[in-house]
Amino acid sequence: MTTEYATRMGDGQRIFMTREQILADLIEGMADATDLGTIPDLSEDELDKLVDIIATPARMVGVEPGKEVPVTHDIGTIRIDGDQGNSGVGIPSSRLVGVMMHERAFGADTMELGHIDYSYKPVKPVISNEQQAMEVCQQNTIIPLLYGAMPNLGLYYTPDGPFENPGDLMKAFKIDEARVSIEGAAKHATRDITWIMRKMMSSGADGVNFDTVGAAGDGDMYASLHAIEALRKEFPEIYIEAGMAGELTLGLHGDLQYDGKVLAGMWPHQQAEVVSKAGANIFGPVVNTNTSRSAAWNLGRAVTFVKAAVKASSIPCHVNMGMGVGGIPMFETPTIDAVSRASKAMVEVAGVDGI
Amino acid sequence: MGMPIAHIMTSGMSGIRAAGDLVARMEFSKSMRIGEAKEYVAKKLNVSTIDLSDEYVMREIREDLGIGVITSVAGAPKGIAAKMNIEKLLGIKINSCERFRKQIA
Repeated sequence: MTTEYATRMGDGQRIFMTREQILADLIEGMADATDLGTIPDLSEDELDKLVDIIATPARMVGVEPGKEVPVTHDIGTIRIDGDQGNSGVGIPSSRLVGVMMHERAFGADTMELGHIDYSYKPVKPVISNEQQAMEVCQQNTIIPLLYGAMPNLGLYYTPDGPFENPGDLMKAFKIDEARVSIEGAAKHATRDITWIMRKMMSSGADGVNFDTVGAAGDGDMYASLHAIEALRKEFPEIYIEAGMAGELTLGLHGDLQYDGKVLAGMWPHQQAEVVSKAGANIFGPVVNTNTSRSAAWNLGRAVTFVKAAVKASSIPCHVNMGMGVGGIPMFETPTIDAVSRASKAMVEVAGVDGI
Repeated sequence: MGMPIAHIMTSGMSGIRAAGDLVARMEFSKSMRIGEAKEYVAKKLNVSTIDLSDEYVMREIREDLGIGVITSVAGAPKGIAAKMNIEKLLGIKINSCERFRKQIA
């Protein structure tokens, strides 16, 4: 009788697969990544290691002693006191309490302070409150504490912002006008992020986390890269982490460039180069999860993309491994068996510098 | 909420339970890759790199150096005070400590 191992689908549902089926899905996922990104295959040894990780007969797995890596965080303390919209668990507390719980109760290596809306633009009207929160947290904590939020270029378009929505313009075949709108929004976002972080640095922040760079397309990434460049110039010692929104930079504009490179269509190993060039210290590659495929297929694909990014990057890579990225199932409370297997695979096969 | 804890348990360096915060600071402050950052911190602490995630080894070292421990030890350096000791240990500047010094000058 053939042995079957409990594993997961990309949506988190439990399924059973043989070693041969796991290997076949790993290879298929890997092939999808190598084909899309024009990047190298994993070796036979690496594929065998991934099969072993997935088929380990334990609920939870862990990296070998000595291979541990620092863990950085997005959303920050909002996961403690926030609502379900931020995957928060709704425990009434303060952000200071949230940071201290992560440092002293959970053993977090780093932490992040963020605004409940978790986008940069809405921070502007409440900047003094954010500075006050950062000051109190910095006085009471030891681990590196960043200020984090999403560049979220979407907030700069109508009806939320001053620039006409490029989606509406494109529907009317006003392509040039749509591009002008994206460029204007990007300039405002760069200005806002730089201003907010100038304030936060004056309140003792260790640095900044750009979370979901490129979520609103290449304009979003363009704005983020220019903000990173400006902050590095103004604050040579600032800690800067830039985590992506997706594996592929969407070309809503199509012609935006950074350092002579077109941003639209960039894969993680190409994103790493421009993020580093802009002046970030840590790059966060993202590979999205396909809910209709197995965890093995998704992990083979994600590890292949991330391994290429780690190799191409000149700065540390902290792979994004939240719900629905990095080989983690797309489910709000992802199962510990799936999370721990993906986590171990990224460290021991993709060679990430952190998570 | 369980997901970040699962990552910390699977792959993390345990923060101030061990030396995770110190390695993270070198990745951030000098853009060191993981191997270089671990070597740098291990050399400063006079331990091996495997010890950096070992709570048994790091507990006493952290308490002796005054760089913060996970439990609430009365009278031990915490917050800014612990970070000032980390600055000296790692040979780096920490923004919140710089701000603190400017305010008391």
